[in-house]
Amino acid sequence: MSLYSEKVMDHFKHPRNVGVIENADGVGEVGNAKCGDIMKIYLKIDGDIISDVKFETFGCGSAIASSSMATELIKGKPLSEALTLTNKAVAEALDGLPAYKMHCSVLAEEAIKAAIKDYYEKNGIEYDRELFKESSCAHCEDHE
Amino acid sequence: MYVYADNAATTKLRPEALEAFVRTAEEYYGNPSSLHTAGQRAKEELNRCRERVAAALGGTAREIVFTSGGSESDNQAILSAAYFGARKGKRKIVSTAIEHHAVLHTLEKLKKEGFEIVLLPVGERGIVSAADAEREIDDDTCLVSVMLANNEIGTIQPVKEIGAICRARKVPFHTDAVQAVGHMPVNVKELNCDYLALSAHKFGGPRGVGALYVRTGTPLKNLIEGGAQENGRRAGTENLPAIAAMTVALETSLSRLPAYTKRVSALRDELIDNLSKIPHCALNGDREARLPGNVSFCFEGIEGESLLLLLDEEGICASSGSACTSGSLDPSHVLLAIGRVHDVAHGSLRLTLGEDTTEEDVAYLSEKIPRVVEYLRNMSPVWRDLKEGKRTYIL
Ligand SMILES: Cc1ncc(COP(=O)(O)O)c(C=O)c1O
Repeated sequence: MSLYSEKVMDHFKHPRNVGVIENADGVGEVGNAKCGDIMKIYLKIDGDIISDVKFETFGCGSAIASSSMATELIKGKPLSEALTLTNKAVAEALDGLPAYKMHCSVLAEEAIKAAIKDYYEKNGIEYDRELFKESSCAHCEDHE
Repeated sequence: MYVYADNAATTKLRPEALEAFVRTAEEYYGNPSSLHTAGQRAKEELNRCRERVAAALGGTAREIVFTSGGSESDNQAILSAAYFGARKGKRKIVSTAIEHHAVLHTLEKLKKEGFEIVLLPVGERGIVSAADAEREIDDDTCLVSVMLANNEIGTIQPVKEIGAICRARKVPFHTDAVQAVGHMPVNVKELNCDYLALSAHKFGGPRGVGALYVRTGTPLKNLIEGGAQENGRRAGTENLPAIAAMTVALETSLSRLPAYTKRVSALRDELIDNLSKIPHCALNGDREARLPGNVSFCFEGIEGESLLLLLDEEGICASSGSACTSGSLDPSHVLLAIGRVHDVAHGSLRLTLGEDTTEEDVAYLSEKIPRVVEYLRNMSPVWRDLKEGKRTYIL
């Protein structure tokens, strides 16, 4: 199908880093089954480095591809760098997403931030709350 | 392997129809409105097509208007009844929650113009009740519109009964028979309808051509103004090759209907039985009162678009009512109307079998679909929560 770029299809058909990390250091879940997409990110953190990352996604092709790409982009990176990952960077790395699918890349960004926030909170690490805005999925309740 | 299981979206053009299309384009190139021989020959061919379509439906030639397809036929029927109703001060229209958008969006437009629109519920089985329809009909009602068969879940509606009620109450009755024609017996007299819409590409004819049956004495308003084609009811030079191809496709479908119904219903039942073995799934729509080729399921814990993409990779063409496949936020209104909540409506799959579907196709679908569903479930956090008891199964 040509709805998606080859990159999206590649990450959708052969997703990287699918699965769970038992006893993960940080877990983030965003989205809502009602809206049709949920992303869950598991992080293993060594020092300040994301030594491993896995994801589980319930959602469309671009949601799965966005999760896969986002995990690749942060694996082996310091937390400070992972926190700067934007949805645009995820979409660009996938050679673009159709406009109405951009929210999938937003979810990927938010899932990573949620997982990092979880790590900070579990370990009592001080962090800048400004970096963690409310999930865009709060609007989901708008369409009953 | 390649399996086309999306015949409700559109069907492959029948070879007989293609042959008629080419022959008509070559032989009857004249404009039916022209006075010369070439024009008059085309006009005669057009009239023959009209008679043949009318005969296939149990009507008369004067009652058939050729259109650009199902959407136009639905629009014209509904807007005509509404327009004539309003002139008599009647502004209520009764329809169902599971109509095609060609009907629902036309009704929404009328609602904005001040009409009262009542959409009857269809219950879990996806079938409207004739008694509910009867209860809603009153002196203000200018139209009742109920589809003969649903495009998503294939359920067959009690059109004959509702038609009889409308006839007795002298209320115009329209039925969208787009999914039904060529797939089940359709006779305008038996159905007691005043308007009936059909579309050629759902029964092996070309896209972009259809017909509207309008019972003698029923008012009709033009949607397209211009020349006096179609007895002054639809302007524009007739698409004669497409009309001839539709006529042949219709006759071919009907000649094969008994064999088709028997064979394809059996394949459908086999596929339903096989897919029902997948845990936490549900068939959408009544098991008995459904079109021969329709198989529609919801699978818990997965999303329909990713399912379709992976099936496409396996050579399977199917469809889904998930929000992601429609580009809207909400899943199919039909699935919501039969009580599927959003969470599971996103995980829907529609397979529509057709004349070309084989035993091997059904075996292939029965083998691949459970595997793809399982694969997606294994990467779904929703499925994990369900398995671990953190979320309760809906199906
Ligand atoms: C029930 C129903 N009504 C109307 C239509 C519209 O028909 P067409 O595509 O010919 O405009 C369709 C086809 O999608 C349909 O399934």
